[in-house]
Amino acid sequence: MVLVPTAYAPSSNNKTSSWRTTRPVIDYSKCTRCMICWKFCPDVAIGVTFGEKLDYPNERFSKLEAPFINYDYCKGCGICASECPFDAIDMVQESEM
Amino acid sequence: MRAINKNWSIMTGNEAVALATKLAGVKFVSAYPITPQTAIVEKIAEMVANEKMDAKFIEVESEHSAMASVMGSELAGVRSFTASSSHGILYMHEMLNWVAGMRLPILMAVVNRSIGPPWNIWADHSDTMTQRDTGWMQLYGESNQEAMDTIILGYKLAENKDILLPIMVMQDAFTLSHTSEPVEIRDEEKVREFVGEFNLPFKIDINKPMGYGSLMPPDGPFMELKMDMKKSMYSGVNKFIEITKEFNETFDANFPGPVEGFMMDDADYALITLGSISSTAKHVVRNLRNQGKKVGLLRILLYRPFPKDLVINYLRGLKGFGVVDRSSTYGPFGSLYMDVISSIYGKLDIPAANFIAGLGGRDVRVVDFEEMFMRIMEGEDGEIWINAGVK
Ligand code: SF4
Ligand code: SF4
Repeated sequence: MVLVPTAYAPSSNNKTSSWRTTRPVIDYSKCTRCMICWKFCPDVAIGVTFGEKLDYPNERFSKLEAPFINYDYCKGCGICASECPFDAIDMVQESEM
Repeated sequence: MRAINKNWSIMTGNEAVALATKLAGVKFVSAYPITPQTAIVEKIAEMVANEKMDAKFIEVESEHSAMASVMGSELAGVRSFTASSSHGILYMHEMLNWVAGMRLPILMAVVNRSIGPPWNIWADHSDTMTQRDTGWMQLYGESNQEAMDTIILGYKLAENKDILLPIMVMQDAFTLSHTSEPVEIRDEEKVREFVGEFNLPFKIDINKPMGYGSLMPPDGPFMELKMDMKKSMYSGVNKFIEITKEFNETFDANFPGPVEGFMMDDADYALITLGSISSTAKHVVRNLRNQGKKVGLLRILLYRPFPKDLVINYLRGLKGFGVVDRSSTYGPFGSLYMDVISSIYGKLDIPAANFIAGLGGRDVRVVDFEEMFMRIMEGEDGEIWINAGVK
């Protein structure tokens, strides 16, 4: 058999959160659940909540599922914050958390 | 002359390749059109659409994506194929390295065409010569029969469990790709049996997820992986000889194997060539033999891995030889010349000229080969451009 560059190393063993210096924080009172951040995250670190009680801008958005950030994998690139059309994501220095 | 039976047909090199992929049981094809290769994938698309070929065909937006998608299908354990030419090959350069490094035995037919600028669509080996160091094996065919046979032999070689490397199967633009010749169509059942089932040992398995080609630090087996690729590639020379023997027995054929010596037995002078110009060279060898000149031709079919020991054996005893490069690469000499010379270094001491000929589809004529033979018989060496000057 030949040598092949494959590895049994699931990503659960390889959390990349320590690469982050700034952290995206969602202000749910501004978040319209448009999911643009979810689409843009290059690390697939934004997921969708299911039935969680979160703040919302007004009643119209109260029934929609919201994005959440998986801080185990978020590398803090800031793309989500830059793409959010409602300025609902703030990048906060990790040292201040 | 062998009897012409119902298995013979008149077809172009492109048609021969397309038909060979069906015979070999290819199940996935992804491609982007480019002249002069387009007719291959058009023919495959037609066979798939008419349910004459049981495969999935995906048209993508670029050659880079074509190579990326066959990489995916092959990883899923499906025998895959693509075809391209010229700038298409250059555009997939990154993915060529990925496919070889991932040890995926994909076959790609290449119709050799020059590289611009200036824009030119004719025969020239520069497109694949510049990819010779990507870890792909390379086979340069001389006829439409070889265009068909190299695909069949190629899958068996590539998918061998000790090799597992991709192969580029070449033919020259227009001279073969768009010119009809008689081709013996190999029996489909026999081909399937000859090539065998495709079983990728490390294919994607959702119950056992793996990382493919992920980050490897300097003390990981990075060097060892490269070493293993080289070892597998060079074990391919002998494997190719074995497979050729089996192929010829199965199909009552006379496929030459890694190299073909033509009138080399008692030759004093010889030329070394790749591809379709070899036929013209053989014609000239016969003529010169009739005039009592002891000349021969060595045709390299398997260029990567370079069959250095076979080449040394053929060249031993010659008084002089010439290497014909049909590509423009910018080392001190042509690529094939450098491979030959470095192979014989310290073993044989023979004057050798490097002829650069036929770029951008320029004809390499009978008079050109006569000139080459004359110049090596006069003991010339160094780099000589043939039929080129101020135009
Ligand atoms: S892009 Fe902004 S508004 Fe849209 S879902 Fe993400 S955080 Fe909410
Ligand atoms: S900061 Fe970057 S990595 Fe983190 S959630 Fe936003 S887009 Fe994804």
